[in-house]
Amino acid sequence: MAALLEVRNLRVEFPTRRGVLTALDGVSFDIAAGEVLGVVGESGAGKSMTGAAIIGLLEPPGRIAGGEIRLDGQRIDNLPYERMRRIRGKEIGAIFQDPLTTLNPLYTVGRQLVETMQVHLGIGAAEARRRAIGWLEHVGIPAAAQRVDSYPHEFSGGMRQRVVIALALCAEPRLVVADEPTTALDVSIQAQIIALLKRLTREKGTAVMLITHDMGVIAETADRVAVMYAGRIAEIGPVREVVKHPRHPYSVGLMASIPPLDRRVERLAQIEGAMPRLSAIPPGCAFNPRCPHAFDRCRAERPELLEAGATRAACWLYDPASEKHVPESAIHG
Amino acid sequence: MAERIVHEPTGEDFAALPVAERLPAARGAVPDAAPMVEAEDLARHFDVSRPWLQRVLAREPRRILRAVDGVSFAIPKGTTLSLVGESGCGKSTVARLVVGLYAPTRGRVLFDGQDLARARASAAQRRRMQMIFQDPYASLNPRWRVRDIIAEPIRAFGLVRDRAAQRDRVAELLTHVGLSPLDGEKYPHEFSGGQRQRISIARALSSNPEFLVCDEPTSALDVSVQAQILNLMKALQRELGLTYLFISHNLSVVRQVSDRIGVMYLGRIAELAPAETLFTAPRHPYTRALMEAIPDLEMTGRQRVPVGGEVPSPISPPPGCPFHPRCPLADARCRAERPALIPARGTEETLVACHAVEEGRDGDPATAASARALA
Ligand SMILES: Nc1ncnc2c1ncn2[C@@H]1O[C@H](COP(=O)(O)OP(=O)(O)OP(=O)(O)O)[C@@H](O)[C@H]1O
Ligand SMILES: Nc1ncnc2c1ncn2[C@@H]1O[C@H](COP(=O)(O)OP(=O)(O)OP(=O)(O)O)[C@@H](O)[C@H]1O
Ligand code: SF4
Ligand code: SF4
Ligand SMILES: [Mg+2]
Ligand SMILES: [Mg+2]
Repeated sequence: MAALLEVRNLRVEFPTRRGVLTALDGVSFDIAAGEVLGVVGESGAGKSMTGAAIIGLLEPPGRIAGGEIRLDGQRIDNLPYERMRRIRGKEIGAIFQDPLTTLNPLYTVGRQLVETMQVHLGIGAAEARRRAIGWLEHVGIPAAAQRVDSYPHEFSGGMRQRVVIALALCAEPRLVVADEPTTALDVSIQAQIIALLKRLTREKGTAVMLITHDMGVIAETADRVAVMYAGRIAEIGPVREVVKHPRHPYSVGLMASIPPLDRRVERLAQIEGAMPRLSAIPPGCAFNPRCPHAFDRCRAERPELLEAGATRAACWLYDPASEKHVPESAIHG
Repeated sequence: MAERIVHEPTGEDFAALPVAERLPAARGAVPDAAPMVEAEDLARHFDVSRPWLQRVLAREPRRILRAVDGVSFAIPKGTTLSLVGESGCGKSTVARLVVGLYAPTRGRVLFDGQDLARARASAAQRRRMQMIFQDPYASLNPRWRVRDIIAEPIRAFGLVRDRAAQRDRVAELLTHVGLSPLDGEKYPHEFSGGQRQRISIARALSSNPEFLVCDEPTSALDVSVQAQILNLMKALQRELGLTYLFISHNLSVVRQVSDRIGVMYLGRIAELAPAETLFTAPRHPYTRALMEAIPDLEMTGRQRVPVGGEVPSPISPPPGCPFHPRCPLADARCRAERPALIPARGTEETLVACHAVEEGRDGDPATAASARALA
């Protein structure tokens, strides 16, 4: 199946007073129509940045410094602002991590939905208002008809989050970039939102890039998962493989840190150390200072994605030519 | 060698910090310790009527939203009470009431035995309570450097002797939350969502508070950084006796940190129980439904069961028990009479507001618990 979204060797840079920071480096992946790609990884790894680059909303001075982004085969990373603005909203719906930055505090939530639909779907005001109430119901806002004229500050954190979701979906885009769409939501509303996203992928063939820290949501929703670390993809593969049998040592540590639901532990497992700052990414594999398996080659050469059983991992352990080639069982055993 | 921030934050490190003011005697989680915070019949209502003229023209009555409507609890010193419950049920509003950011419509809050409004008037008392907000970006001043944001409480309360001590303290706090001291030079917009969340945690810790309200403190963090922060919070509690009011939607996280858990529904507490009891023997029908809705990491294909029925509106809450339109056990009494929060038959440490539990028609809790253990 041809991919709806193709990202190839994406590189994003931030010129600063102290030199150019590389926030994303060589990021490549596809998402097919009707597919959900989950994106997880260390806080600060570049997940939101990847989403922002796709929807053409990198915050200046950030800029795409290399690579290509294609939607349905057509390049969208080098379009003039106006063209991109029309694609955004109509073809690509965006759910941002921070709901307050998406919502205009001066307009009621209803007005924001109505205007979005009028611009992108060309429908009348009455019809748009009817649909706005419908969307608020879809995302589980109680008494939607009564609350459609509320201002964002009159909603709770999770209710604002749901308005943002409704805004991203109401123009029926073909690709949805969802950055932490469910973190502010309780498990029940979360289940409802996920069911809604799944239904859109199934019935309308919508493709979804789902950025989240919630592994439960990933396990339930995603078809494939990409694990990011320090501006690169560390591992990518089918959801079950990546969550249950991660190959990359960072993914292994990440999955081990998930707090158990069925018991209380004195101390939670965590990956020792912290991700390097963008200005001090170590040479070779960026994970090497924290990796329990690091060997000489890891400190000298940067690994590309390599076949690692059912997934692909950027780790020298999976290069048959490495002096320390460890079969995957050694990592898990 | 590459820059490497290998730091395992513990309460010991925290205790060793060069701070002028040290907390009073460190205290473990003594079950019968005096309460740090007590809420008595706390309520907060909002007027959400449309503008006067529109309202009069449309002949609409005033609309009052009861965000919190009669909540009582006590948090013993050195322990953690968590609040869970559906989005919009009033958790953040309770949090704001408890640190005095909202004035209560009814009821009161006692802080260390003293009326909260009185306590807030004194800087020495204000230093003892801090809040981590649900929305980290909105609570960070975008025009300040991170080091100044974190140092602000230190300066405001005069906690260090000189600038050098202040710089060291900020560096330590940044390291505790997994950032680098060099990050202090940057502005909030230069950070990712989770990094901002960590900045607001560092800021909240900077005044050495004894009582910390944490509203979704880790929801923006990846699981590894989350584990790091939760381990830090637990270590601080163990060694310095901090008291927490903790709010989270993530029930696995709640299980790891709580001594007691309050389940809220539509502005009230439906069930208040010791943490382990709540997970092994949930009593209120809403708590049970909530447990069913937890996402499944095992990928067994188990269907999540969202809590059925419509989420009611806090503007016109249902009469009687607010959960009755969605409750499988609802009867005529439930539709008419509001249940009080009382010890549950069978699990006396649990307080529950449910007629079915009181009447013993909720199924035998002991049998239900062992059935779950087998499943
Ligand atoms: N305006 C900026 N200037 C400089 N660096 C920036 C800027 N915005 C983001 N960054 C850096 O880029 C990196 C990637 O940020 P991004 O927001 O993509 O992280 P993320 O993976 O979404 O993390 P989180 O899970 O915490 O949201 C981070 O290290 C961040 O500090
Ligand atoms: N300033 C306000 N004006 C009007 N209504 C408000 C205000 N603040 C909160 N509310 C309403 O009070 C109710 C409770 O809100 P609150 O923020 O306490 O919920 P919450 O339990 O924290 O939810 P979430 O999990 O989504 O953060 C909601 O219905 C909300 O719309
Ligand atoms: S390449 Fe080396 S340092 Fe990097 S993850 Fe693999 S083993 Fe560890
Ligand atoms: S009081 Fe009645 S309606 Fe309310 S939870 Fe109990 S059984 Fe259900
Ligand atoms: Mg992000
Ligand atoms: Mg809240």
